Amino acid sequence: MNHHPTIKPSADTRTLAQSHFRTLRMGTPFQPRIDALALTNDWYNWAGYRAPHSLWDEELEYFAIRSQAALFDISPMTKYRIEGPDAEAYLDRVTLRDVTKLKPGRVHYTAWCDDEGFVLDDGTLFRLSPTRFRLCSQERHLPWLLDSAIGYQVSVEEETEAVAGLALQGPTSFAILREAGFAGVERLKIFDVAEFAHDDAAVTISRTGFTGDLGYELFVPADKALSLWDRLMAAGELRGIRAIGYTALNRARLEAGLIVANADFIAAEHAIRADRLRMPDEIGLGFMIDPDKGHFNGRRAILEARTKKKLRHVLVGLEIEGNIPAEHAIVYYKKSREVGLVSAAMWSPMAKRNIALASLQRPCGDTIVDDLWVEIYAMRELQYQKLMKKAKVVPRPFIKLDRRTANPPADF
Amino acid sequence: MKAWDAIVIGGGHNGLVNACYLQRAGLDVLVVEKNDWVGGAATSRELTPGFLYSNCSYVCSLFRPEIMRDLELPRFGLQVISYEGGAVFTRDGDYLANYRDHDAHRREFARFSKRDAEAYDRYSRDVTRQCRFIQPLLMRTAPDPTSFRPRDVGELLYLGKKFAGLSAEEMALTLRFWTMSISDFLDEYFETDVIKANFALSGIIGTALGPMSPGTAYVLLHHYMGEVDGSVGAWGYARGGMGAVTKALAASFKASGGTIRTGAEVDHVLIRKGKAKGVVLAGGEEIHGKLVISNADVKRTFLKLVEEKELPDIFLRHVRNFKIRGSSGKVNIALDSLPEFPALPKDSPVYRADMHFTDSIERMERAYDDWKAGRWSADPFLDMMIPTTLDPTMAPPGKHFMSCFVQYAPPKIGGRDWTEADRDGFAESVIAQIADYSPGFRDRIVHMEVRTPREIEAEVGLTEGNIFQGELTFDQLVFNRPVPGYAQYRSPLSGLYMCGSSTHPGGGVMGAPGRNAAAEILRDLAKPTLHMSPAHDVI
Repeated sequence: MNHHPTIKPSADTRTLAQSHFRTLRMGTPFQPRIDALALTNDWYNWAGYRAPHSLWDEELEYFAIRSQAALFDISPMTKYRIEGPDAEAYLDRVTLRDVTKLKPGRVHYTAWCDDEGFVLDDGTLFRLSPTRFRLCSQERHLPWLLDSAIGYQVSVEEETEAVAGLALQGPTSFAILREAGFAGVERLKIFDVAEFAHDDAAVTISRTGFTGDLGYELFVPADKALSLWDRLMAAGELRGIRAIGYTALNRARLEAGLIVANADFIAAEHAIRADRLRMPDEIGLGFMIDPDKGHFNGRRAILEARTKKKLRHVLVGLEIEGNIPAEHAIVYYKKSREVGLVSAAMWSPMAKRNIALASLQRPCGDTIVDDLWVEIYAMRELQYQKLMKKAKVVPRPFIKLDRRTANPPADF
Repeated sequence: MKAWDAIVIGGGHNGLVNACYLQRAGLDVLVVEKNDWVGGAATSRELTPGFLYSNCSYVCSLFRPEIMRDLELPRFGLQVISYEGGAVFTRDGDYLANYRDHDAHRREFARFSKRDAEAYDRYSRDVTRQCRFIQPLLMRTAPDPTSFRPRDVGELLYLGKKFAGLSAEEMALTLRFWTMSISDFLDEYFETDVIKANFALSGIIGTALGPMSPGTAYVLLHHYMGEVDGSVGAWGYARGGMGAVTKALAASFKASGGTIRTGAEVDHVLIRKGKAKGVVLAGGEEIHGKLVISNADVKRTFLKLVEEKELPDIFLRHVRNFKIRGSSGKVNIALDSLPEFPALPKDSPVYRADMHFTDSIERMERAYDDWKAGRWSADPFLDMMIPTTLDPTMAPPGKHFMSCFVQYAPPKIGGRDWTEADRDGFAESVIAQIADYSPGFRDRIVHMEVRTPREIEAEVGLTEGNIFQGELTFDQLVFNRPVPGYAQYRSPLSGLYMCGSSTHPGGGVMGAPGRNAAAEILRDLAKPTLHMSPAHDVI
């Protein structure tokens, strides 16, 4: 017999971590503050965290983003710390955009693909120093990132739990950061990132966000999360700061024309049905591809699909007549041929238009942009009101706010 | 003398499924069963007062929901309950659990390896893709690739089209899946020993192969392609033990007018001029039937119940060489209280799940080495669970039934038959392993049923005690199961059919062989099969 277990539980960290099964939806480092504000108790599961759909009123939370400033907890977002002398070369190889053009102190929105050119995820890449990056994404990719690191002098570390994140978005967000004492924050242009002192530690503030509005994202060590929250709330009291849930944010992101993995496209490692895989050109991320930079994962397949015209789908913005949201409606060509599906839709309060994101089968959405229709099934008091509404392909973002990029940023 | 329309030899789940479908098609069907009870390897017996054991088969996932519905099994008492994932105890006093909650599952794996925790999604995607490829094949008769009958050509085209519909990457994965060892397969996803052991167990259960033997990756798939009410890959308990499945089948059969004779062991199939005409019981009684359907495995059917001279040589050679190798045993234990596992928090859901003590592939393979040498494993692999944590019908309140599937146990010990002493030694290897992780375990034992391949063969009739009626290796699947040219439930003898797990799509309490055989029989009789639901859609 070779089984001789030591019965007494060892006190190592692995054993200590056993108790997670008692808390299936964990709290983030900000949870005490969010719980105190959660009047609706309307929670959802964001990657194993208890995250709010809304805190007090999803409509009003949306208007907080657009008129004042909204504080949204992004801690559950997956975060990787990527560091080493080869970090730039490594990320240039793994991700689509040219990382050599990403200067320290800058952020870009990018995506990464498997070897067949199918999108694994999209996310933001922060260059914190010449040799240190942070990659943020919806899904988890550690095996892919580690396997891709073979041959590079680079370390990849998952730091989702260790780093807390907040999005502060809306017209007064800059003024709040200034009031909070983050000296020099006015120098941050869109997609800039810099470190600021906070509570004997550093907070990373970037002028980025998911709303298409003036806004910032802040990352701190988890143990400094509550003091950061309190600092922002205190500074924002007279400027209308409000904590919000995901429903409001989701509306803002749709107006900004931004896509969400596994909502607007299926990430390759999750796609059980092989025909659900998408290349960057098929979900509106073709602009990221730089054929002139060196090799990157998926390059050959992506360029071949372009030359051989094998790209079968396209993701577009739609403007739909009327005001009934077309969420998950089927898109038709000439009212008869099924050519795609709406993945997100809403009446846009900012654009005063009925907007949607849709995946269409080319050539629809590509060369054919007329005579497109959406079939809306609107459930009203236990009856479907079936509507066939005309849709036209329009550029994204659906709204463009000057304050997002204004320099210096305005007070509101 | 009465001639039945059909006589089914063996009242196991497939025999009963087959009989139900034939009876409901208007045939007058008799099931003959050698034991005094029906059920074959899906039985629940009260061997000590107050305790019901699932004596052989112990969990339910593969049983086709189409069959449950067609045969109205819920009306006859069948209820299947999902349970929590499971756990592997580690030798350092910890454990690795599988939780149903996706994020809890990830966090649990992350305790051992952050990388492996994030590798699970891709693993799960790939396994799911393969299950979806195979699932629709379960409820179809395998095509005969040598035949030019339109139906076989059509079925081959269906298979070919399904395969051609896969991407190049998926095709490669399919071929690898059907041929690789589970150990090699898992190496492509995971790095941690205990995590690999956790998954590898599904690749060896019921199989006389080790985790490093080619072909075991498919065995894992076979254990994953079932479902509990649409939750693919989930396993559940039949309420009242696995006997509840066959009890419901028997009740459904009788309600539709069928007849069951228990305590009726078939000595041989009655054959006149190359045609099956009925069966002769061990006491000499002749029962006549227009058709005979054998639920016994292919070796028992054609090497014991049919005279060799009635069969073609090549067919017989194939049958003799068909691999049915005993590899497992079973220990059923009545406990007067719930055992404690100090490694496990008292409120852990793992008490309601399957538990294992083999925390590395190497230990699994070493256990298999003992089998090769003709010994039971000194450090066996256990698939252990306590169904009474979810099912109140199997033991009095506070008392428990523990089911231990044990691997490996060879059909013979060093070339000779098992003895009583061997059986006790085998049981001791199991109890000792449990007691290592659960102090005081021995004192809780009220009663024990120990089943080596010898007992399983003698009672259930499975050759060598092989739970699948034949290995699930690629050479013995689809149109090669059980014998090339005879994969469509017919035999060389007119009127004699097969309906057991030796036939496509193989073992486990699935019912598909019994159902598919009924479809072929009704086709031969030109009877409608409107009472048989087509396979559920895989969308």
